Amino acid sequence: MKIDRRSFLGLGLGAAAGVAASPVTWKLTDDSSIWTQNWPWTPVPHDGEVSFDDTVCTLCPGNCGISIRKIDGRAVKIEGKKGYPVNDGGVCLHGLSGLQYLYDPARVHFPMVKNGDTWKQISWDEATTLVAGKIKELRDKGMPDSIACVYGNDKGSIAGLYKRFLMAVGSQNFYTVDSMEKSWEALISRMHGLKASAAFDLANADYLLSFGAGFIEGWGSPVNNFLANSSRKERQAKLVQVEYRLSNTAANADMWVPAKPGTEADLALGICSAMISEKLHDADFVQKSGKAFDNFAKFVSEKYAPESVSRTTGIDVSTIKDIAVQFAKAKTPVAIAGRGRGDSAGSLMEFAAVHALNCLKGNFNKAGGFWTLENQDTLTWPSLEMDDVATKGYAKPPVGLTSVISTASLPKLFETINASEKSPVELMMVYNSNPCFTLHNAKAVKDAVNKIPFVVSFSSCMDDTAQLADVILPSHMFLEMSQDIHSGAGIAKRITALSKAVIAPVFDTKNPGDIIISVAKAVDGSVAASFPWENYDECLESVNGDQWSTLSEEGYIDSELTVPATPLVADFSIFEGFRGFPSIEGDEKSYPLTLVSVDTIRLASGSFASSPFAVKTVEDTVLIQKDSVIEINPETADKVGVSQGDYALVTTPLGEAKVRVNLFHGIMPGVIAMPEGLGHSFGTSSQVVTKGGAGLLSKNGATSIITATGGVSAASGTFENRYIGGKGVNVNELIGPITDPASGLDVAWGIRARISRA
Amino acid sequence: MTQDNHGKAHKFGMVIDLDKCTGCGSCMVACMSENNVPFKEDETNKKDSLTWMTVFKLSNEKNFPETDICYMPRPCMHCGGKGDHGHSPCVSVCPATATDYGYDTGIVSQIYTRCFGCRYCMGACPYHARYFNWWDPKWPDGMEEYLSPDVSPRMRGVVEKCSFCYHRYQEARDRAYYEERRDTIEEGEYQTACTQACPAGAITFGDLHNPEHEVYKLVKPDPHQCGKPRNPKAFRLLERLQTNPKVYYISEREWVRKAGDNYRKGEWGQQKKSDGDKGHK
Repeated sequence: MKIDRRSFLGLGLGAAAGVAASPVTWKLTDDSSIWTQNWPWTPVPHDGEVSFDDTVCTLCPGNCGISIRKIDGRAVKIEGKKGYPVNDGGVCLHGLSGLQYLYDPARVHFPMVKNGDTWKQISWDEATTLVAGKIKELRDKGMPDSIACVYGNDKGSIAGLYKRFLMAVGSQNFYTVDSMEKSWEALISRMHGLKASAAFDLANADYLLSFGAGFIEGWGSPVNNFLANSSRKERQAKLVQVEYRLSNTAANADMWVPAKPGTEADLALGICSAMISEKLHDADFVQKSGKAFDNFAKFVSEKYAPESVSRTTGIDVSTIKDIAVQFAKAKTPVAIAGRGRGDSAGSLMEFAAVHALNCLKGNFNKAGGFWTLENQDTLTWPSLEMDDVATKGYAKPPVGLTSVISTASLPKLFETINASEKSPVELMMVYNSNPCFTLHNAKAVKDAVNKIPFVVSFSSCMDDTAQLADVILPSHMFLEMSQDIHSGAGIAKRITALSKAVIAPVFDTKNPGDIIISVAKAVDGSVAASFPWENYDECLESVNGDQWSTLSEEGYIDSELTVPATPLVADFSIFEGFRGFPSIEGDEKSYPLTLVSVDTIRLASGSFASSPFAVKTVEDTVLIQKDSVIEINPETADKVGVSQGDYALVTTPLGEAKVRVNLFHGIMPGVIAMPEGLGHSFGTSSQVVTKGGAGLLSKNGATSIITATGGVSAASGTFENRYIGGKGVNVNELIGPITDPASGLDVAWGIRARISRA
Repeated sequence: MTQDNHGKAHKFGMVIDLDKCTGCGSCMVACMSENNVPFKEDETNKKDSLTWMTVFKLSNEKNFPETDICYMPRPCMHCGGKGDHGHSPCVSVCPATATDYGYDTGIVSQIYTRCFGCRYCMGACPYHARYFNWWDPKWPDGMEEYLSPDVSPRMRGVVEKCSFCYHRYQEARDRAYYEERRDTIEEGEYQTACTQACPAGAITFGDLHNPEHEVYKLVKPDPHQCGKPRNPKAFRLLERLQTNPKVYYISEREWVRKAGDNYRKGEWGQQKKSDGDKGHK
């Protein structure tokens, strides 16, 4: 057949029509798309029966009730527990990410000892013997008071065991992290003569006057505050936020009062002055304070009249007077202090200035009021045995004792170590805290930790402090362990809860309670005798006594709040001889700007680092690739000559950091804000771990992690966590501590700084 | 009022109270952990960051101290399209029927194994609610253990987006059938993960066809105007595109409501007036 133009076109069109009509093309496209979507490396999670296990989240002091959804016994999701008195079903993003902490690439898989630059795996027996041996050695030398322990907080039976251990060996060096809770406790003790913690019934208060407290940034018990905050609309309760920057809390408030940074407490006294001069205060309540109140009234009317406060704070006289009237007219107003998330302490006098407002209204210990929750120890411990060495050691004062409120402070401890030629602490144990990251002047803290001859970490993850340790005895993460939980964090409730082990341990880790019991047993003698329990579970049950059966059956006890037997009296004499609030470090001439550290709820900045999910939610106005982003008012940026996205150099008396710039109208000119929670020094490069010989694997040992794809990964623990490690700058390296003359606590919240184009 | 939609189609929708939203990000994480959404080492390039639910930060752009900000969570809008007939922008352009409109639920589906990654839908979506998998997902060692079997993990080369947690609807429906309630699902039985997690209680989810449901009461959708809210404080994003989203926002703040669409000069005043007129009818 001759192929002419006509037949060529005919054949061509015919072929095209044929191909189009035939299902082959579509079948092949379909097949190839199915084939390319069934790669063996795309996981196919297996299905099974659904079940739920309830426990309490212990990532932050909020302690929300959570429910773990499991499929065929495998945990797949964390949800908030409906009806739980703290959070009623709500849950924050860190709690939701709980399961990511289980398989965190920075987790410590087994006990390890440092061998030069590398880590060497050892057995649990070897690890406990090593630590117990060091302690015995120090006790034999008569130096038990050179043993120290740093612990996140002092609530619950595990903290009780560590405290007890120190007492049994003969040391008072037990340190917890400074927080706004401590400042409130010191203030209540001074102004009301009570050993009590402060609580705020925010869900029932009708007027919240907050001096920089970031309810929405994670202050106190975050989810509880979120709930109280959202119900404001229906309850017609008002929130007034005093803050130099439009934080999320300020944006959510009914009124934003941008007082200059550091003058918040001046404003509080100005409002006091306006209330007193207009006779808006509760005369009956303050009458009980006697002459001290008259002195206070005279003092504020002379020194803190609204007109002069207006000049210091930059807030109009009329606004000050308005707030005074609104606060006075409200039925249940509460004034709150504690900057940002409240996880650092504040100046005692600043807190006193704010609390003076509460005292002027006398809205105490009732619905919608300020509560003083007396410290009650619900745990009953058996008697403690102390031998001669222990008694002598315990008689010595702790290292870093603050002169004012006779407790030891953690920042003071490290300052003392840095100031001495030879560290007064020979052995330091660290659990549930990361001082090398969270304390101000973090670099100096690292130096101090390096100076301590033997550092024992009980951390479940590698962190900034654990990487400087000599030996790590890794704890379970919170979902793998049982412990008792006691409410705090300013919540106007008294809840005792049981956090249960809802997931089998993934690695060769132990409950920190069990670790300290076995170390005590290995120390022998009177120390071992003070720890009569077979294991921590036995201890937990016995120290909880009568409440154990309710705890183990119901999961928690929500006790009624009790009003103190004697009515509260406020002692205003604290203001006598008062000469102003502590100011920040640095001279205005060489450092014209103020650098402040700010909290964002999406970044964890306490004892644990942010999860990959949390980091993913962080905005590009906070973190860009590996650079921290600072917030600056466009007006200030113009003066300095930086614009959006530019690299800039922030310099403070402590050091400098290269950051990027985000222009934000909501921040006061002259202030630079830098996010907390970035700049972790661990996890950037993989560390070498050599596997040990004897006692390598226990039944839940490191090699039993089975990945979803069915492969067995021989976990070596390289501690590489590039999701958070090495990202941004730790603002605590740029801000130094400031010791509060009235409380001895570190009350720094910022520092003077300058900025230039980089 | 009695339930008059029995046996008829549902129209699932969401109402977000922007005055309650605190921008905490719980909804984002609840969504990611419910739906097996992966994560990368660096997620600061928000254009390639997979976030079915994302929270935008709006500002009134005024100078200090007149500045105000507002957080706006943005899931998939599950548009009904012009006339609310199910011709959503993305559904209309998909050559593979990988995304489809569920006339029984009003939910816009996404079937990963049908998607061949042409990304027309991403171009068509006015809300940037769709995301492309440029890479295969990768979890750190062992972390695959927490993946849920309810939602299949996606692979490189496909588009994904918010499904209003459709698997939760399937589960609720299965339970209802099993308990011989046919398709009568109670309001609380089907809730999305973000709604459940929101610690501020800013998100409400339910059936916009059911006057008993909270979402209906909050926005009072107008059946004659494809569900346009009759509550003057409520609005939908880019209303004038007639995409008819099923996600509504509520705010007392005028500048926030105004930020929900683009207005010509002077147009906003008229818009307000017409909204006000409607209130009197």
